[in-house]
Amino acid sequence: MHTVCGNPSAPTLTDMWTQLEPLLDRVQKPARYIGGEGGAQVPEHAPEKVAWLLTYPDTYEVGLPNQGLQILYEIVNERDDGVAERSYAPWTDMEAELRRAGLPLFSVDTHRPASSFDIIAFNLSAELTYTNLLNCVDLAGSPVRTADRELDDLFVIVGGHCTYNPEPIADFVDAVVLGDGEEVIGEITGVFAEWKTGGREGGRAAVLRDLARVEGVYVPSLYEPVYDGQALVETRPLFADVPARIEKRTIADLGDWPYPKTPLVPITEVVHDRLNVEVFRGCTRGCRFCQAGMITRPVRERPAEQVRTMIADGIARTGYDEVALTSLSTADFSGITDVIADTMNDPTCSDVSISLPSLRVDAFGVDIAAELQRGRRTGLTFAPEAGTWRMRQVINKLIREEDLYGAIDSAFSQGWRRSKLYFLTGLPTETDVDTAGIFELARNCVKVGKKHTSGATVTVSVGGFVPKPFTPFQWFGQNTMEEMRRKIGVCLEENRKSKGVQFKWHDPEATLIEGLMSRGDRRVGPVIEEVWRNGGTFQEWSEHLDLQRWLDACAAHDVDLEWYVYRHRTEDEVFPWDHLSAGLHKDFLWQEWRDALDELGLEDCRWTPCYDCGACTGYGIEHVVASATPPAGGSQGTGQDLSVGGEIPVALMNRSSTVVG
Amino acid sequence: MIIRLRFSKNGKIRFIGHRDVARIFERAMRAANLPVAYSEGFSPRPKLAFGLALSVGYESDNEYLDVVLSEPVELADVCARLSATLPAGLDLIDVGHLDRRGTSLMEAVTSCEWVIDVEHEDPNALQASVDALLAADKVIITRERKGKPVEDNIRPDLLSLKVLMNTENATNRIVAELGTEGRSLRPAEMLTALSTELTVTRVRRTHQWISHGEDRIEPHEAAVSRAAYTGACA
Repeated sequence: MHTVCGNPSAPTLTDMWTQLEPLLDRVQKPARYIGGEGGAQVPEHAPEKVAWLLTYPDTYEVGLPNQGLQILYEIVNERDDGVAERSYAPWTDMEAELRRAGLPLFSVDTHRPASSFDIIAFNLSAELTYTNLLNCVDLAGSPVRTADRELDDLFVIVGGHCTYNPEPIADFVDAVVLGDGEEVIGEITGVFAEWKTGGREGGRAAVLRDLARVEGVYVPSLYEPVYDGQALVETRPLFADVPARIEKRTIADLGDWPYPKTPLVPITEVVHDRLNVEVFRGCTRGCRFCQAGMITRPVRERPAEQVRTMIADGIARTGYDEVALTSLSTADFSGITDVIADTMNDPTCSDVSISLPSLRVDAFGVDIAAELQRGRRTGLTFAPEAGTWRMRQVINKLIREEDLYGAIDSAFSQGWRRSKLYFLTGLPTETDVDTAGIFELARNCVKVGKKHTSGATVTVSVGGFVPKPFTPFQWFGQNTMEEMRRKIGVCLEENRKSKGVQFKWHDPEATLIEGLMSRGDRRVGPVIEEVWRNGGTFQEWSEHLDLQRWLDACAAHDVDLEWYVYRHRTEDEVFPWDHLSAGLHKDFLWQEWRDALDELGLEDCRWTPCYDCGACTGYGIEHVVASATPPAGGSQGTGQDLSVGGEIPVALMNRSSTVVG
Repeated sequence: MIIRLRFSKNGKIRFIGHRDVARIFERAMRAANLPVAYSEGFSPRPKLAFGLALSVGYESDNEYLDVVLSEPVELADVCARLSATLPAGLDLIDVGHLDRRGTSLMEAVTSCEWVIDVEHEDPNALQASVDALLAADKVIITRERKGKPVEDNIRPDLLSLKVLMNTENATNRIVAELGTEGRSLRPAEMLTALSTELTVTRVRRTHQWISHGEDRIEPHEAAVSRAAYTGACA
């Protein structure tokens, strides 16, 4: 158990490097803390400028590649009124060294103490990092609770996917940003700049009140939850000028934001160590478990020409030999075949390999496989998500078995020897037939692979399903930990019968805790704080997660874990995120939930009539898709009978008004 | 064409490891558009051969890397292009042309010279412990080999050892030449053999030597021609 210090920073310190140097001789992986990456900036601080410390609440290796953080880093540093540096959660050994030496959290760019910034901003992409957020704020020298912060303390601002239910951390953060950050970070910087040049008149309260009027910004301290016993009745604004409902921000055209322009090139090993180019944002495949696909609508493609330029410039600048074309489903990108072919044919990119994370099974196709094959071979990962067609209809991941086998056949016939398949367990209506079906699929994939190579293996990776806000499954009671464990047992038994299949699974304890924070309300906050105070950091690292510590904290604060996690919600449930909006109509989500239980699939709305989910109409923007026709080889939205997975023609509605390029 | 790069590693970047340095050079060569030769086969690798690894945290005035190029290049040009893409702290000193692929750097280098800054309250005690080491016929230390502790006599690798005393404060400097044939003797290993406790503040590799009997050269002297980085060659 560590001791939590007060304010350990010396206010006059601007470069801590000489104090840090002896510490770095004693920690593992000191390269995490030195900065110096290609593309790193040394911004010029000035008293009137708004200084952001952009922090990823996990290790450097995990946080450095984060594209959201890199984008905001560049946008702020391009402004006259702002500067941005970066920070990452120090590993436990470095944290101990810092606390022993009485030194604060620091930026890796110029090794400036966190307290010399105005704002510490976190990218939250996983709920299990919440305790790290508290730890970073504490190490930065600010009180962890907003109510305890004074004028000179940091402002804590959060963004990222987790912020669609920020209530569990509402007492710790000053402001929450919903949606795309590109535009709003400038507006927030502007509000702070004005406040600073105006002598910080009105104190923290004044600037927070101004922030609350920026579209997409939620200031939790200006709202209060009302309960009736255990049930939440509403979350209401405390003042008339504060919006009752906070809408997310959406940038209309990704082409206006070709960031990061100078991607960071690490000088030590990190995850996803390659050039990343985002080809589109948003997804309308409509997988019902997928929060990312729901909250990032509508689809906005980057112009193919800009993708080519970003690849060519990025490769030339960085010296990388691999580029990942990122999005939620890259094979759906209208220009995908051309972009791949052009990159392969570009002499300056001659030995560059292309990887498509999130490869869609059904649209993979021989074409793309063949194009990728010309570069160095990269791993192939598919996400069928469920083991039977029935289950895949429930979750609306409409991949037929034939699609998967076709993709596997295409891959193995062209020299791949390994494939990884992602699945979820604990899905609504799931039975053991569905769970066992995962291995049936995997065995058949091995069989298909063996036609081409005797050493064909398939890795099955199974995660426990956690229902997320703003998805059709937000009403679903998560499987109990015991049930998840039992299903892992079913998997283990099936795996024994499956030669050539390797099985990996996600820890059901972590799934339970993630569930608590995903749909928790403000009453969960004290639990997070207590777990952090008891030393529970890096909770997404299984060796650091101690379930008992969470159970004890729940008991101490009268939080009924099962009520939050396992309970099925009814139609009239008031969610802790009902005063926030991802643009989706709640009745659309409810209808989707009913359709899921009826095992009814829904086609992709990019190429079919609108279902009025609300994401386009509400914001007056539309899908930006270059092609009026769906990609070849898909079974979803391509005119196939969803009920049986066969083929029937479906007329495509003319959506020419939404077509660009 | 085979070229030998000489570079230094100083400052914050001393905290990156040997593999990190390798990765940085691979990328820098690509970004500089140099015609690096690749190995044949399923997953081709660039033909880069590094010298002796430098421990994380140590600095160096003279590190080496041999690179096989698929076509001839102007040495001065390599120097300028590569320097522009390397991160701060990894600084190119010169680039030499090797007329043939001789012994690898790792095998060729027979000893390294180190400058080790240590804090020690009593310089005389430090000097005495160094003298004792040099007077001994055998110096046995325990180190790991394949995960098992083994006892080694490191006396043959203690080629030279001097203490430069500082009368101003407690910082003293040890200059050591340590053998690298067979298993390289590391500065930290040598220090464990001293009969006195000290705190190491800085370790710097100043030279690498290739000995041929009485003669010795530094690896960059093996090149038939060289171009130094002047900062102006563009």
